[in-house]
Amino acid sequence: MRRVGFAVVTALLLSGTAAFAQEKIKVGVTATLEGTYTVLGEDGMRGHVTALNVLGKKVGDKELEFVVASTDATPDSAVRAVRKLIEQDKVQILLSPLSGDEGIAVKNFAKTHPELTFVNAASGAQETTYVDPAPNFFRFNMDGAQWQVGLGKYAYETKGYRKIATVGEDYSFIYTQVFGLALEFCGLGGKISSRQWVPLGTKDFASVIAALPDDVDAIYLGLGGADAVNFLNQYQQAGGKAHLMGGSIMIDQTILSSKGNAKNALIGTIAASGQADTWEDPRWQKFVKAYQDSFPPEKRFPSPSLLATNYYDSTMALILALREVNGDLSDNQSKLKAALAKIEIDAPNGKIKLDSNRQAIGTNFVTEVVDDGKGALFSKVVKVIPDVNQTLGYDAATFAKIGLPSRTVPECKKY
Amino acid sequence: MSLIQEARTREGGLAARGAVSQPAAWSVTEHPWAWALAALLLIMPLIANGFFLIEIFGTTLILGTIALSLMFLAGYGGMVSLMQLTIAGFAGYMVAVFGVSGNANISLGWPWWLATPTALVLAMLFGTLGGALAVRTEGIYTIMITLAIGAAFYYFTNQNWAIFNGHTGINTIATPHVLGINWRTDIAFYYLILAVAALCYFAVLYLSRAPFGLALQGVRDNPRRMAALGFNVNANRIAAYAFAALIAGLGGVLQVWNYRQISPGSVAVERCIDILIVAVVGGITRPVGAYIGAFIFVILRTFALDFLVKVGLDGNRFRLLIGLGFLVIVLFSSDGVIGLYERWRKRGQAGGARSRPGGHGHG
Repeated sequence: MRRVGFAVVTALLLSGTAAFAQEKIKVGVTATLEGTYTVLGEDGMRGHVTALNVLGKKVGDKELEFVVASTDATPDSAVRAVRKLIEQDKVQILLSPLSGDEGIAVKNFAKTHPELTFVNAASGAQETTYVDPAPNFFRFNMDGAQWQVGLGKYAYETKGYRKIATVGEDYSFIYTQVFGLALEFCGLGGKISSRQWVPLGTKDFASVIAALPDDVDAIYLGLGGADAVNFLNQYQQAGGKAHLMGGSIMIDQTILSSKGNAKNALIGTIAASGQADTWEDPRWQKFVKAYQDSFPPEKRFPSPSLLATNYYDSTMALILALREVNGDLSDNQSKLKAALAKIEIDAPNGKIKLDSNRQAIGTNFVTEVVDDGKGALFSKVVKVIPDVNQTLGYDAATFAKIGLPSRTVPECKKY
Repeated sequence: MSLIQEARTREGGLAARGAVSQPAAWSVTEHPWAWALAALLLIMPLIANGFFLIEIFGTTLILGTIALSLMFLAGYGGMVSLMQLTIAGFAGYMVAVFGVSGNANISLGWPWWLATPTALVLAMLFGTLGGALAVRTEGIYTIMITLAIGAAFYYFTNQNWAIFNGHTGINTIATPHVLGINWRTDIAFYYLILAVAALCYFAVLYLSRAPFGLALQGVRDNPRRMAALGFNVNANRIAAYAFAALIAGLGGVLQVWNYRQISPGSVAVERCIDILIVAVVGGITRPVGAYIGAFIFVILRTFALDFLVKVGLDGNRFRLLIGLGFLVIVLFSSDGVIGLYERWRKRGQAGGARSRPGGHGHG
């Protein structure tokens, strides 16, 4: 009987909200608020809130309402969260998800709801928009490979690294990152002597550290969140001294602001990402200021992480596109979809527009980690590379021949 | 283990008395609540919308079915197996591997009527093999060995790309279309789940009184005596594992049709423990406990975050609320909600004689 009562109460609640909500547009947001990537999810949400503070929630005479659901970076948690948002909370637009494999699952799920609009929040696996893309899934951040553009060249030409080893988390986003690195680094003649893959959520890196080769110029780390911090602690205890290179969520405020001094091993590390903490560009500086003003210092990082920036950009793109069509969601949201597909946003980390797969073409940054003198670490711009597309400058046929990012793809050679 | 011991004791008593009060089992006057609930479940699509129908009630029935397989092993066999979810996940993966999915390089593309039975047979084989290992142990060691199987399977799926597609898992799994009905539309799918859950529930109920089930309970209470009576104790237990694997496998197939997607997160160690929580919260002495536990679990998991935000607390702490909920239930009733209900029913009876059916020794 409890069930009947429950259903009745809920039905009342639902009809109640429907009566008052004709002027609202409901948007569902997911972030990894559990598990290894909790810190990333929390900062992503800060970026989202910052965007709302800057842009406001009004679209014409309608008001945006956001419903948040939590995931843990696994694809099934993302699908469960998105389904809850659509079916229970009746959201019309999704801002989701954060992590690579979640993105692949949500993109596939988006096909079962062609009437809704999905704006990717931050996930960066290549497959999401490159293989069999969903017509209602839009991604305003670059993928993991695009975020590595420039790093291989800088490592080879400026730093003189010839042989490197990689350690990365064993899933699609990091494969995509190593893919981007390897294409460029190996294309110039560099060698990758070993690629180690660790499960997401690894706590004990002893065997990984023991297996790191000695005869390499640098070690590339494609880790994130708690995994990255655990690795650094154990690497320091093991007395590791090698040159390091970092992936986009490794050299990021989520790690550079972590507690303890293990992060100091990262000073001087070169990396590449869709942003650089110390970029002089006024739009970036304005965004950093807005982020800092939105939260008290103890509740945020000194500077926004890549996740905050991605969530900011996706929220911004969505709000601007909604305003362009004056909040018109009729005809299965076709006007909104058309607007999203052709919108060009002046994001804090450079201009972003979408290609025919609805994948971002944007700006990439090669960076180096510096100490600001007060113990805080930041990524300093070394090089800015505009207009990076998903095929990384290769023509479509050549790029297709390389294959999809995986543990062993691409081979270390010139394509 | 004391929990299990106590549950066994009580169940022993129930079974003994149950034999006497058997005939009235299906009369409406004797069990008004059960009939009302059955009727309610049947007309559920009239009451609940898509979300409540599938995400709450459908998921409850699926999760309950998987927990039912654990209840069968733990309640009647005295074997707490933490690998029931792993078996369910294995069946789900096999549906994806043999059937049709978006990962054409992995899936063999068999039609559902071939892929599903294959998956169930393989799941039974998996459960039987796991059981054959586990029956060599008792008590806490059974828990450990089945947990080890669950953990090993999780890490294997996470790192194997040839069959299980690693961390990404398998997406866009096809669901059956039969007799012109798409069985994944909400209402059809709900009835499919309900039918499977009811089938499993009554099968367990029937088996608990059939010679096999009685022998199993005998083995639970005193394996040495049963052996002396000529029963093959280990064969009996392994058969129980095989039957439980079939139930878990059915739950797993429904689960994968529900989400059309499966990945290592679906078979993670925490999920295995969730099943134990479901069974314990509901009460492992009776089959219906698994479904009650599943309902509470699904409600808490779905609404804890919303509830915290609504009362103005930090939504990130929703796991704490879930944990507290379970703690309260287990604290007040060591055999779950079923135990609370039993006590509440006996409250009115004469003399308040709540003496527990008492301490007979067992192996």
